Amino acid sequence: MIRAHILVCGGTGCTSNKSLEIIEELKKQIQEKGLSEEVQVVTTGCFGLCAKGPIMVIYPEGAFYHSVTKADVSEIIDEHIIKGRIVKRLLHVEEDTKDVVLSLNETEFLKKQVRVALRNCGVIDPENIDEYIGKDGYQAIGKILTEKMAPQDVIKIIKDSGLRGRGGAGFPTGMKWDFASRSVNDVKYVCCNADEGDPGAFMDRSVLEGDPHVVIEAMTIAGYAIGAHQGYVYIRAEYPIAVKRLGIAIKQAREYGLLGKNIMESGFDFDIDIRLGSGAFVCGEETALMTSIEGFRGEPHPRPPFPAVKGLFQKPTILNNVETYANIPQIIRNGAEWFNQMGTEKSKGTKVFALGGNIVNTGLVEIPMGTTLREVVYDIGGGIPNGRKFKAAQTGGPSGGCIPAEHIDIPIDYDNLISIGSMMGSGGLIVMDDSKCMVDIAKFFLEFTVDESCGKCTPCRIGIRRLLEMLTKVTDGTATMEDLDKMEELCYYIKDNSLCGLGQTAPNPVLSTLRYFRNEYEAHVKEKRCPAGVCKKLISYVIDPEKCKGCTLCARNCPAGAISGEVRKPHVIDKSKCVKCGVCMDNCKFGAISKK
Amino acid sequence: MKSLAELNAIKQRVQENSNNRKNASDNDIKVVIGMATCGIAAGARPVLNAFIDEVAKRKLQNVIVSQTGCIGMCKYEPIVEVFVPGQPKVTYVKVEPTMVPRIITDHIVNNNVVAEYTIK
Repeated sequence: MIRAHILVCGGTGCTSNKSLEIIEELKKQIQEKGLSEEVQVVTTGCFGLCAKGPIMVIYPEGAFYHSVTKADVSEIIDEHIIKGRIVKRLLHVEEDTKDVVLSLNETEFLKKQVRVALRNCGVIDPENIDEYIGKDGYQAIGKILTEKMAPQDVIKIIKDSGLRGRGGAGFPTGMKWDFASRSVNDVKYVCCNADEGDPGAFMDRSVLEGDPHVVIEAMTIAGYAIGAHQGYVYIRAEYPIAVKRLGIAIKQAREYGLLGKNIMESGFDFDIDIRLGSGAFVCGEETALMTSIEGFRGEPHPRPPFPAVKGLFQKPTILNNVETYANIPQIIRNGAEWFNQMGTEKSKGTKVFALGGNIVNTGLVEIPMGTTLREVVYDIGGGIPNGRKFKAAQTGGPSGGCIPAEHIDIPIDYDNLISIGSMMGSGGLIVMDDSKCMVDIAKFFLEFTVDESCGKCTPCRIGIRRLLEMLTKVTDGTATMEDLDKMEELCYYIKDNSLCGLGQTAPNPVLSTLRYFRNEYEAHVKEKRCPAGVCKKLISYVIDPEKCKGCTLCARNCPAGAISGEVRKPHVIDKSKCVKCGVCMDNCKFGAISKK
Repeated sequence: MKSLAELNAIKQRVQENSNNRKNASDNDIKVVIGMATCGIAAGARPVLNAFIDEVAKRKLQNVIVSQTGCIGMCKYEPIVEVFVPGQPKVTYVKVEPTMVPRIITDHIVNNNVVAEYTIK
């Protein structure tokens, strides 16, 4: 009998903070102290509070240790495991109240969260199928197959639940399945979109790393519902841990007969294969994704025909996102009503967000639809660090838009976000403080989409590039007010004429910043000034001769050799040589250098 | 995997093994063993293991076996404290592994404190 369980996060965030070394050290010391029979070390998926990683939770006390290092292991074993004394210095301290919190569930970070898709992340060992089964895993497919539920009944439950696609567009999942089930064909396919491409988004990755079996079970259910016998998970090769764990999970499911021929003696066959993507953003678009699985260059093609009619290999296909699938088995087990009681009128259930940017608790959060952005940023996210102010949040990555401070109390759901010019997107939520220039942010996203445009259609290939050039004129201070109007016009042109979602949504960051932060654009154009002091062409560094003591520190650190002056006499910056890196300002001990 | 029964068998086995991998709820009975230097020297570890084995054997879902530091009366070690929700704490002293089955049966299962094992 195991008396203590030590759960250590093996997600990407904590792994890059050497959590695997901690696990190794734990196992070694447990062995040395002869505790192997009574203490179990479990490598789990993401706990969510990535900012505090590596994270460790020890049961039965439920003690939540953060920022653990290899050097802490011996103390944890000696004090906690052997003597039962909590190692208080590793416990979490709330930012504002300074309260010490014992368990993760008691943190402000987790209090407002509802974990549905992330239910097993940070709870089970993703590389052990038994642990998933222990958490009611494969019960949903077991119920469907042994009770011989009609495929239409399965689809009806999903429809009634009100589940909408979590990949961004929010199309009702049940309807998608229904269309595919009505398409008559001997061969159909079930695909999973794990090509998470938005900068700053890592929800799908975390689900696959922490609970890969849920995706396998859900895809099998989808296969049964529409009459498909083969599934493909399209996942980017940049997610090595997720790929590895999914591969292990598929292998284990096959060994248990939960994938393959005649699953649970029902006569139903279903198997899943992995297809690796090379990281092109456009391959997250459904038609491009399927083209890529077929072995061709990942380019989109026009719809209709929709994939439900003619998809992968010209056969009826459904494609759902990882997080969408993560909801399915629980909906089947708990019923449609359980699910549709969560959320808002038109957006049911929960949504996972990858919280990043200027926020205290960087990490993974899952909230019921309808939670306000303020709750996410301040209660769950712990607010903005360094005493700065909230300026805007970007949802939907390069396809989405920004939510300015005036809309911070808007309940987050699909329709509300669209109404204010943003979108749900796959769930990246990047918080920006007042040190960010919104024109620069729009430029950042546009540089990304210019890079990632596949080049097949003209509006996207050339249109976004021209748009980026215009934006660059703004940040360089060479644009005119006419350019702003032209930009807006071009945005709508690109939106209306592009072939796929990439082009159709690429102008969104420009449009939404123009809508909410037009004054910043105008400051760049009219006053040749960047209000946030970010755009390099519009700022200059100056030394205040009154404050400068002539210590020469700035001159010694300047990489461009732009600062000159005699010892103990005020220095000056040669603006023609200055590269505006800001090193001089960071180094000055007298606050004599300022940015204008 | 041929049937739901097979699946459920695995589920049950895993759940029994990881029953204590959750945050204790207010309704759980807590058994806390003093495991400071004095407790360990007096033989607290076999007692701890005896409790864990006994709980596992009886498949008690609502019992959390945990440990704590020095309880303060070193001469009475090994000391075991039992917290039944809504009832005063009961302290057993000089506990030996052979006493554990009776504490579990009488006290934890049938709610009769084993008076002779407490401080006299």
